Amino acid sequence: MSQGVEVVGLYVRDQDEALAFYVEKLGFRVHTDVRNGDYRWLTVQHPDQPSFQLGLFTPGPPVLDAETAKTLRAMVAKGAMPPLVLNVDDCRAAHDRLRARGVEFTQEPVDRYGNVDAGFRDPSGNGWKMIQSQRRSH
Amino acid sequence: MNQDPELLRRLLRAKDRMDAASHEAWPVQRLARVSAVSEAHFARSFKQAFGIPPHRYLLTRRIERATALLRDTDLTITEIAFQTGWESLGTFGRTFRDVTGKNPGAVRSGSRAAAHGLGHVPACIVSAAHRPGLTTAVSEKRRRPTGGTNGSEAKEVS
Repeated sequence: MSQGVEVVGLYVRDQDEALAFYVEKLGFRVHTDVRNGDYRWLTVQHPDQPSFQLGLFTPGPPVLDAETAKTLRAMVAKGAMPPLVLNVDDCRAAHDRLRARGVEFTQEPVDRYGNVDAGFRDPSGNGWKMIQSQRRSH
Repeated sequence: MNQDPELLRRLLRAKDRMDAASHEAWPVQRLARVSAVSEAHFARSFKQAFGIPPHRYLLTRRIERATALLRDTDLTITEIAFQTGWESLGTFGRTFRDVTGKNPGAVRSGSRAAAHGLGHVPACIVSAAHRPGLTTAVSEKRRRPTGGTNGSEAKEVS
């Protein structure tokens, strides 16, 4: 695929902490990790989704001024960033596996209209819904 | 005015815990413990972070959940009242009316037909979109002579 969305970024409070979470706990892989002075471009990838990268960025200089960065850090920490959805084949099994690795679940798996969903947060406060969907087969 | 992100992250944990178990009792001591802040600071910090006092936030979550159960299940209104954390049917009905402007029974019959139009939005997110706004205390709403409805809520923000 040559056209389409390639990178979507999240703001995180600490890139090392986020990297450990997304790789060691969620099972993502590092795609790119390059630095230029204080700036670090860090993206990870779901193992089944090679055309998409999830960026893990800290708000701050040189891209953003200090005051704006502070506001964004507060927004992330209070869970005000947009929803994120992770599709899984088996929500309950994934929940048990991730919980055992210390992932902070905000909602236990629930059946809704034949789908199963659970909720968790990354260490920064970004909220994920993890969904096992009946509709995925089409 | 600026709150420390570390504090906000811990306050979010208290909010998450209420979300996960809104039927349980959430006295300030319990919430303060989750957030690792003093009881004296908890309510004020929470309100500053999320724009609503913790107890009132809990009520909106209970009403949201009751609305979903009215819409999606065949549980009786009494069962729903107890499952969503009220200690009496009377308090549930009164609070429900005060917050939504409708009776639980009316919501049940009215929402069934319209419920599934949002089929491509994850159900957990649809539920949050239907969360009632509660910009004033329930007791204040009750005192207002006109009787609270959702339509009059916009002008209460001041």
